[in-house]
Amino acid sequence: MSSSQPRGLLWSDDRGGTVFLGLLAAVAILVPLLNQAVPASSPLHLSTYVLTLLGKYLCYMMLAIAVDLIWGYAGILSLGHAAFFALGGYGMGMYLMRQIGTRGVYGDPVLPDFMVFLNWTKLPWFWLGFNHFWFALLMMALVPASLAFVFGWLAFRSRVTGVYLSIMTQALSYALMLAFFRNDMGFGGNNGFTDFKELLGFDLQSDRTRVVLLVATAIALGASYRACRLIVSSRAGRVLRAIRDAESRTRFLGYRVESYKLWVFVISAVIAGVAGALYVPQVGIINPSEFAPINSIEVVIWVAMGGRGTLYGAAAGAILVNYAKTYLTGALPEAWLYVLGAMFVLVTVFLPRGLMGLMTAEARAK
Amino acid sequence: MTPVRLLDRPRPDGRALGRGAGTTAGGRGGRWQLVLLLFAALLPARPGLAQSPDQQFLAALGELREASFPDKAAIVDRLSRDNHPSVRPVLTAFLEDRLYTRLSDQKIFLAKSGDDTLTSLELIDPVTLQDAGAGAPNDLTKISTNNGLRRVLRTAIARFALSSPDSSVRLDAVKEMMRAIDEPSLALLRERIGVETDPAVKAEIETGLALAALDGGDPQSRLEAIAALAHRRRAEVRNRLAVLFEPSPDGSFAESDPAVRSAAAAAVRTIDQARAFYSGVETLFFGLSLGSVLVLVAIGLAITFGVMGVINMAHGELMMLGAYTTYVVQLAMPKHIEASILVAIPAAFLVAGVAGVILERTIIRFLYGRPLETLLATFGVSLMLQQLVRSVFSANNRSVETPAWMSGTLQVNEVLSITFNRLYIVVFTVMVFVILQLVLKRTRLGLDIRAVSQNRAMARAMGIRSEWVDAMTFGLGSGIAGVAGVALSQLTNVGPNLGQAYIIDSFMVVVFGGVGNLWGTLIGGMSMGVVNKLLEPYAGAVLAKILVLVALILFIQRRPRGLFPQTGRAAESAS
Repeated sequence: MSSSQPRGLLWSDDRGGTVFLGLLAAVAILVPLLNQAVPASSPLHLSTYVLTLLGKYLCYMMLAIAVDLIWGYAGILSLGHAAFFALGGYGMGMYLMRQIGTRGVYGDPVLPDFMVFLNWTKLPWFWLGFNHFWFALLMMALVPASLAFVFGWLAFRSRVTGVYLSIMTQALSYALMLAFFRNDMGFGGNNGFTDFKELLGFDLQSDRTRVVLLVATAIALGASYRACRLIVSSRAGRVLRAIRDAESRTRFLGYRVESYKLWVFVISAVIAGVAGALYVPQVGIINPSEFAPINSIEVVIWVAMGGRGTLYGAAAGAILVNYAKTYLTGALPEAWLYVLGAMFVLVTVFLPRGLMGLMTAEARAK
Repeated sequence: MTPVRLLDRPRPDGRALGRGAGTTAGGRGGRWQLVLLLFAALLPARPGLAQSPDQQFLAALGELREASFPDKAAIVDRLSRDNHPSVRPVLTAFLEDRLYTRLSDQKIFLAKSGDDTLTSLELIDPVTLQDAGAGAPNDLTKISTNNGLRRVLRTAIARFALSSPDSSVRLDAVKEMMRAIDEPSLALLRERIGVETDPAVKAEIETGLALAALDGGDPQSRLEAIAALAHRRRAEVRNRLAVLFEPSPDGSFAESDPAVRSAAAAAVRTIDQARAFYSGVETLFFGLSLGSVLVLVAIGLAITFGVMGVINMAHGELMMLGAYTTYVVQLAMPKHIEASILVAIPAAFLVAGVAGVILERTIIRFLYGRPLETLLATFGVSLMLQQLVRSVFSANNRSVETPAWMSGTLQVNEVLSITFNRLYIVVFTVMVFVILQLVLKRTRLGLDIRAVSQNRAMARAMGIRSEWVDAMTFGLGSGIAGVAGVALSQLTNVGPNLGQAYIIDSFMVVVFGGVGNLWGTLIGGMSMGVVNKLLEPYAGAVLAKILVLVALILFIQRRPRGLFPQTGRAAESAS
């Protein structure tokens, strides 16, 4: 970074976002080229493994942005956001299961394999309509949104805040995990959904489909980022920050605190749900362990690591921590939890504003 | 009664009658002595008088060699009334075809095994029951039995068990006889009921006689039997009575008399009511024991979270440390598993408490007033502790042994039985709770803790070292978590994930009960446990847990400060 530039300008909201979106666009253009156009023999070729990994990271970045929107700007620490992510994923999973059709092990044209296995004779009512992509798409956003609306409406109206809210969200996610583990819920029990064949008629195993999915994820991520940026730089965004810093004072000034919190919570849940929906076809599996409370807490550490209240910082944190996880679980599986644990401690004690905060501080010092 | 039988019978105190004769007077013994003296006078030449009980016993055994089956039955009957200590093992061996005559010297022996295909049989002396060397099968002849004789033997052995001084042996004997009740055993039971003193055995015999009476006799005796059975609670009795009035497919009844049928129906209703009551008591107890576990895992948190306001996500891992301490203590004292738990409790308190103090001094104290950051940092610590345990003890579950005094059941009545480990967990929880209350209310440390939690600035102004109090409070809460871990090591698998399984439950209990209120934690945890167990029969274990969680989430929306909210200045500063 150059010291000749005006202080704060480089890392101002606009510039950081521009850099982030620029990088994202570069990924969306370069990755398809390197994977499709460059021959497999060339050292520049991008393997399917890296392609899938990048797609996964992009989904995580979207989830991180969703969490940063409510934690960084409205002070709502959700320890259950993985639940919205998983619900979106289950919505996509249900569509993909219906697409399998007669290619399942039991070859039933309507019922997914696990239902045949459980001797079910007809599709439960909540599975109806999931053979249509538009309906599934609607549900991926609507189901997390409704859950967030009901939960948020109850919680924010009775002014459940801070740590209490965090514990409640965690309990909610835990309850959902227990529920989805049950076979008679109709969501495949602890095996969840897997063995998907195709999405909208495109083979999920082919690189071409994967590239398209990655580009779609990049676009969704960019759109989420812009949407969140619009919210936080609007007047409503300033009210949210006021709520974060002094909730009672904002209420006394005449703002309906619970409405602001509720809507931002619902929007965040929708972004998380869409991220989950994009995640499932790329990794090829969804099961109840996605609801596990530790997943939600990990998301929070991505955001804290990158620096909360910046949006792009959350995205950067997501990719950094996940890259470290991918690398360490392969190279030094013993060390991963030590590193993750130490990250939690060091970031919260020494880097309350995350890596982005560190950079801003450096920029200011110069 | 023959003279021989009288002479062979020693007094209940084991002394031979001959020796005791004339030394005491009056009572039953005196009467016996009179009769004895009479016979002694009548039969002065009888050689039996000079024989020791062992010799008489051996002589009776010897008669078995050439006796016919009816004679053998008579000898068995006679032997069974002898109080010689070896009679029971000898008769048991006889029933099991392990009684032999050695051809070379015509002596009777017991064999350890009745297997004739062995090349040599290990022999036991019938009088002393000591090893008597080995014998070749061709030197030994089995004393044979037939069906009739075996029945006599079984009755004789049952009579032995029935007159055993140990009431539990008598109870088992009655139960065994009731399994296949027949005329001789009924006669034996009728004989026994007159002298039985133990109420449990007496009730058991009455049940057996009443059940037998249902099969025959006149309607009046059946009615009496039903009246006696209506006070029993056992499922077999209930089902046996239900057979009487339930019509068979062709419309006929097992019991012909309508009065008896309606009495049986009324008795079954009584039994069903009592059984429903006791199953309610059992559910309540299960609920309380589950609630005790919840209270135990939450009570340390009630100190660190409730009193100090610190969100310690590593609380579960402190319990895990306590459980592993139990494991290490058992490794260190493998010969004293019984006492290991008593050693493990203070050890776990120290290990987890010291870990807590270190955690507080190195991390948490930098984060006071920033609850969300505390949550994240302690969560990081919990991950590191899990990995530490994985590295040291491996990722597999470790097996912690349960001391014998903690296993087993307490049979309250025929329906209700309580396992000791559930009972102990309730007792243990109450003890921990009481001790914690005493520490907080009656000690200097407790006074300091309360002062600092109520008004830190004022407490400091009064000269309380608030930093030291913080460390000690956190250590206390962590130590209690370690103690909870000792209890958990007896209930679940001891592995690196032990703590995670309980962390959400423990936070829910504290929030539900009302932060900063130990009584709230106790009542909250107990009621959560009871509600969970009440729902389980209808919803299943997992769904019951989900329902409780959802109900709690909704409850917190209605009353964000829990069941027993803190009031006053402390409440405002805590929010």
